[in-house]
Amino acid sequence: MMMESPASAPVENSLLASPDSAIQRTKTPYVTGTSVIGLKYKDGILMVADMGGSYGSTIRYKSVQRIEKVGKHSLIGASGEISDFQEILRYLDDLVLNDNMWDDGNSLGPKDIHNYLVRVMYNRRNKFNPLWNNLILGGVKNGQKYLGTVNMIGVHYEDNHVATGFGNHLARPILRDEWREDLSFEEGVKILEKCMRVLLYRDRSAVNKLQIAKITEDDVQIYPPYALKTVWNLAAFQNPSASAPGSW
Amino acid sequence: MFRNQYDTDVTTWSPAGRLFQVEYSMEAVKQGSAAIGLRSKTHVILASVNKANSELSSHQKKIFKVDDHIGVAIAGLTADGRVLSRYMRTECINYSYTYESPLPVGRLVVQLADKAQVCTQRSWKRPYGVGLLVGGLDESGAHLYYNCPSGNYFEYQAFAIGSRSQAAKTYMEKKFESFDGSSREDLLKDALFALRETLQGEKLTSSICTIAVVGVGEPFHVLDKDTVQSLINEFELVGEEAPPAEAADEQNQGGDAQPGDQQPADQGPAPMEM
Repeated sequence: MMMESPASAPVENSLLASPDSAIQRTKTPYVTGTSVIGLKYKDGILMVADMGGSYGSTIRYKSVQRIEKVGKHSLIGASGEISDFQEILRYLDDLVLNDNMWDDGNSLGPKDIHNYLVRVMYNRRNKFNPLWNNLILGGVKNGQKYLGTVNMIGVHYEDNHVATGFGNHLARPILRDEWREDLSFEEGVKILEKCMRVLLYRDRSAVNKLQIAKITEDDVQIYPPYALKTVWNLAAFQNPSASAPGSW
Repeated sequence: MFRNQYDTDVTTWSPAGRLFQVEYSMEAVKQGSAAIGLRSKTHVILASVNKANSELSSHQKKIFKVDDHIGVAIAGLTADGRVLSRYMRTECINYSYTYESPLPVGRLVVQLADKAQVCTQRSWKRPYGVGLLVGGLDESGAHLYYNCPSGNYFEYQAFAIGSRSQAAKTYMEKKFESFDGSSREDLLKDALFALRETLQGEKLTSSICTIAVVGVGEPFHVLDKDTVQSLINEFELVGEEAPPAEAADEQNQGGDAQPGDQQPADQGPAPMEM
């Protein structure tokens, strides 16, 4: 925007875009991931995401990892534009590297990183060039569990369970019913699988290959991907057009 | 004409490998009235002597709050001290805007030292003429640092700067080994005793000193006059206007034995090594 010459750029378009502008913005995402879900459990945080990468409505990639470790105490999960997520991971790598280089016994916790991401996301939306993601940040530091989310325009909050995209509509009602403070790891995984199964049936971008991650005070694990058992041979599926007759 | 030909420029070395302008700036710290700091595992106490410039004026502020978890005590050019305190406040506020957490003390001190160092390497600048005792609390515990105009910084259990600070250092050198486990009250007591040492027999009252505390569950704050006076009374520091003869001698020696006062500047140890 700053590079365009006043002579060639029409004044009324100068703020948004002009044909010879050097700056490009994400006006619409290209490769996207769908929901991520996170919840607090007895010892820490659990997160789950599937590994699909959609190119528009085509599920183009099926092994995209969308949960990563950040520093010693945090996990990040992302839905939305995959390349923007990769850029965010680069920012976080720099941040954590600098933090480690001090080597002074201080370290960034999940709350610090969440707040940093909020600033980054809101700053980019103010430049009309958002990072097209909804993020979930979870972690444990000094016995304190933390779970928060931030979206592409910088709206953020903390909760005991969070979800992005379709997960917000389909998974969170389940979590509101079934979440407890003292959930064990196995119970937590069971609830997450229930949520993912619902999403798999109803969200056309969801893929049956998912990864669970956990973080506790002294352990971070991103487990290998696996598939859920599903049942599609229900009577209602046998002749789908029977209950929806068309005009032809 | 000049004291020596190598001291007209900050960036000019003497053949002995010294930077005289930098050393002079460190002398400025010794001219200021005393400031002391000491710390336990959980608390840091900063204390300073308030000396009015004339009978008609009030004294200048020597202790500044930087953030809830950091404060500074200064000796030397007060104006430079205020500029650096403002810089530190800005850094703290920017850090908590970005991370919503307090800036680690050691990191602020490094940034401050780097800022001071730049002034020793630019021909068009002058070094800051102020020494800062930076006290604060972060996740690695309570810390006390001394920041020098040369750009050097050191971490201490207890330290004193400014005029007659040697007397306070001598007092604290005798007692510092127990400071780590000290209670807040014991630490305050030692701070007042150490501060009294710098007064050379002048009576310690709440009107000539400032005391500030930061610690676990206690944001940085300057104690009000009544609190300080009641502490002085409690520790029976009153009514000792004439200290024992020995002590006074020791203080005299301590106060006078400052390198550079009598010796030519290119002799004796370089101040930055101390």
